[in-house]
Amino acid sequence: MESRKSIKTFAKRGGIALAAATLSLSASIAQAADTIKVGVLHSLSGTMAISETTLKDTVLMLVEEQNKKGGVLGKKLEPVVVDPASNWPLFAEKTKELLEKEKVDVIFGCWTSVSRKSVLPVIEELNGLLFYPVQYEGEESSKNVFYTGAAPNQQAIPAVDYLMSKDGGSVKRWVLAGTDYVYPRTTNKILEAYLKSKGVKSSDIMINYTPFGHSDWQTIVSDIKKFGSQGKKTAVVSTINGDANVPFYKELANQGISAGDIPVVAFSVGEEELSGFDTAPLVGHLAAWNYFMSAPSDANDAFIDKWLEFIGDKKRVTNDPMEATYIGFKMWVKAVEKAGTTDVDKVHDAIIGISVPNLTGGIATMLPNHHLTKPVLIGEIQDNGQFDIVWQTDGAVPGDAWTDFLPESAKLEADWKDPKIMCGNYNTETKKCSGQNY
Amino acid sequence: MDNAMTLPRYIFRSALIVLLAMAALAQADMATDSVVQGAQIESADSAIEASAEMSVEEVFAELIAARSTSAKTDTIQKIANSDFPQAQTVLQALQEGELYYTKAKPPVLVFAVNHPDGYSISSALNGEDLGVVGLRDVRKVSINNALRNLLRGLLAEMALRSESVDVRLQAAKNLIRSPAEEYLPAIEKAIANETSDKVLVSLRLAEGMININSDEQTKRLAAIEAFSDTLDSDVMSLLAGMQIQDADGNYQESDEVVRLAAAEVLRDMKAQAQLYKIVENTFFGLSLGSVLLLTAVGLAITFGVMGVINMAHGEMMMLGAYTTYVIQLIMPNYIDYSIIVAIPAAFLVSGLVGIIIERGIIRHLYGRPLETLLATFGVSLILQQAVRSIFSPLNKSVTAPSWLSGSWEINGALSLTYNRLYIIVFSLVVLALLLFVLKKTFVGLQMRAVTQNRAMANSMGIRTGWVDALTFGLGSGIAGIAGVALSQLTNVGPNLGQSYIIDSFMVVVFGGVGNLFGTFFAAMSLGVANKFLEPFAGAVLAKIFVLVFIILFIQWRPRGLFALKGRFVED
Repeated sequence: MESRKSIKTFAKRGGIALAAATLSLSASIAQAADTIKVGVLHSLSGTMAISETTLKDTVLMLVEEQNKKGGVLGKKLEPVVVDPASNWPLFAEKTKELLEKEKVDVIFGCWTSVSRKSVLPVIEELNGLLFYPVQYEGEESSKNVFYTGAAPNQQAIPAVDYLMSKDGGSVKRWVLAGTDYVYPRTTNKILEAYLKSKGVKSSDIMINYTPFGHSDWQTIVSDIKKFGSQGKKTAVVSTINGDANVPFYKELANQGISAGDIPVVAFSVGEEELSGFDTAPLVGHLAAWNYFMSAPSDANDAFIDKWLEFIGDKKRVTNDPMEATYIGFKMWVKAVEKAGTTDVDKVHDAIIGISVPNLTGGIATMLPNHHLTKPVLIGEIQDNGQFDIVWQTDGAVPGDAWTDFLPESAKLEADWKDPKIMCGNYNTETKKCSGQNY
Repeated sequence: MDNAMTLPRYIFRSALIVLLAMAALAQADMATDSVVQGAQIESADSAIEASAEMSVEEVFAELIAARSTSAKTDTIQKIANSDFPQAQTVLQALQEGELYYTKAKPPVLVFAVNHPDGYSISSALNGEDLGVVGLRDVRKVSINNALRNLLRGLLAEMALRSESVDVRLQAAKNLIRSPAEEYLPAIEKAIANETSDKVLVSLRLAEGMININSDEQTKRLAAIEAFSDTLDSDVMSLLAGMQIQDADGNYQESDEVVRLAAAEVLRDMKAQAQLYKIVENTFFGLSLGSVLLLTAVGLAITFGVMGVINMAHGEMMMLGAYTTYVIQLIMPNYIDYSIIVAIPAAFLVSGLVGIIIERGIIRHLYGRPLETLLATFGVSLILQQAVRSIFSPLNKSVTAPSWLSGSWEINGALSLTYNRLYIIVFSLVVLALLLFVLKKTFVGLQMRAVTQNRAMANSMGIRTGWVDALTFGLGSGIAGIAGVALSQLTNVGPNLGQSYIIDSFMVVVFGGVGNLFGTFFAAMSLGVANKFLEPFAGAVLAKIFVLVFIILFIQWRPRGLFALKGRFVED
């Protein structure tokens, strides 16, 4: 009986939700004429919902705030939220829907590189505008995409530099551990080349890949332990993807490897991920980002207060991709105001060179290669799930679309301002852009 | 020493070396004794000076004000060398991240313990209870890895005087990992007074770790001799470090005699470590196998015995894991016992949901496997999204009870982690209980009867519908229990089930549908095979190999390792 009842109420609620959705859809069509539409392309269901839902909320908060200030160019902003459901081909379809059907003026979205790659052909063909807020492997610069997260030279390389320094423990031996997909593979390729250029022998580098969601780390941690007991200070550079991290750190702690013995520096573990961890085994391990919630600045305090108020939950945290979303949004608003229109080509020309304050007390500038200048921070994980900033770069590091440490990328350059180049992959040797669009 | 006479040359030789070394040491000791004593007096002096100059309050204020690592190091040393009665507690709290200061002016140093409304704090000066404050009302005295290593050593030096053998043993082990010249007098004193052999071995290692950096060859050789019985990874790392050659072919260790002695000890260590590696791998394999067994055994009932392709099996595990999380929320002060409560709770929650699914959906679809597959897949999506709506899509943190953390160190090369050990035992207990229910109880008899011949069982007066619901509930409940175990190993999040569903099916199909022993052997052999492949092939390839092997195996024996007759097989 009870089950039948619950199914009924379930159906009823579902019906209401559906009706509400249709209503809001028709309402949005009615409003379309006098608003500027902002597309939000983040997964709200499926595996990536864990990370991307927060970014959807961040965009909604920024839109609400901008509307309170009177919108942009005298028009209100209207968010259009779609759910690509962690399904990569669906990202492309939803982009098409946003651009052709909803006619949005800008899209904030994507998290994984594969979702971005899926969106690329559509957004280039339909000449849309995408702000991509996550640290990634680089090796790309599309005319229609602005990368507000870190390129490898703004996260991976400074982190390695820190570990090599005296403060970081003068590390001589390296474990590059990652999940088996494009971001860790490319990042590790770059890091390996970089380490070798610094005189590290190949016998002092151990590279290891694991499947998504890997949960049995016994062998690998035992290997790391063995690798680390060869008489040289050892560190692990981790590009392990979110979900696999908990069992990894647990196994490290259980096998008695502390951060003092073999520190792990992670590129994918932020405040949001830590809120789902039992942080006790992680204390002292490191992460490299361009923003930490613990960054001492007034702009950051204000942002955190606004976020906690918007989301209505005092325990929520802020993280690096949220800051990247924030910077991207502010830049777009500034560029639209400068251009006086939301026309993609004009906004594109206006946005290069625009500067907005970031949340760590510095300034972010949009470079001609569609990447940002960013400070790099190294934080130690504390048992309250926050990071204690132990080191940071002197100033902002300009993002490099094509890494200098891989021979085939070193000669490439992205420049969307210089009229002689105007492409994302200009070959400085042949003086030509390659056939690809980006 | 007494045994040395009866044992062969090897021992005799080492005894001789020790004797020689001791003689040499005795001489050296005479020379250094005064220096060591001098140092002791000096450090005692500076402690008196510090406390004469600065009161406890002043030193604590300095600790709060210190920003740089070097300033903090100085203050920590001051506290350690002081005669403040609370010195050890304060340093302990600092090491464990429980030392905070209030925002009052001047700030007060406090111990803070987590409390539902923030922190409950007490004064570091006199332990006075200062009530409960909000999360942002106090700030932490933060430390980094360098300071953590320093504190580890300082606290260990203090702990050497403890009454408890376990505390002394841990202290000695920590000193091996954070060796520093200034601990030597304390270690030597402890060696003279120590009664426990186990602690003594570790103390000698700690002494060796310090003496190896001595200026005198004899001391260094004695240190290496002390290393010959251990497999400790820090010692191994140190010895291996000596053998490293730089670009010009010069060894890191310039003293040839010491280097060769180290090389010999290292060679023995490596040979032994190789042996233990095999034991370790087997353990890893069995533990992976027991996780597979736990996740698959519920499926062995719903899929194996009943023939329902239950794609929502993983979500039953997820529900079990979330039950653990909720139980921990309900009893935050009894984390150590929460798991024990969570096991029956998870069984009930997942079992009930299982029964609801069976009565509500699967009952109508018996005999239509494809539709069952689709319907249960739909159920799995609904359950996932329901959890996302109720608990948010973020992972939830489930704390590991203290008795499930850490490892059982057999020797330096072999240590078995407790959580894995318990899971091996736990999975066997669950399997045994399940076998008992199926083979020895009346309900089990009915279940088997319905499985083997539904029509006959029905005409014998068994309410087959009721038995179906119960069987499905049992399988789901066991999945819930597996979820409790998984919450100790991996993330508790909406996707928990998906990562295990494929493996579970693999085990059940490989083992033979409907046979619990088959499931057991399949899980264990797949676990061990995976772990022995992994060091050569890497985690990704190992998984692929196992999958390919199973596909080929199923071609050869379509009914798995142990085929059994049942409703499903007869179709």
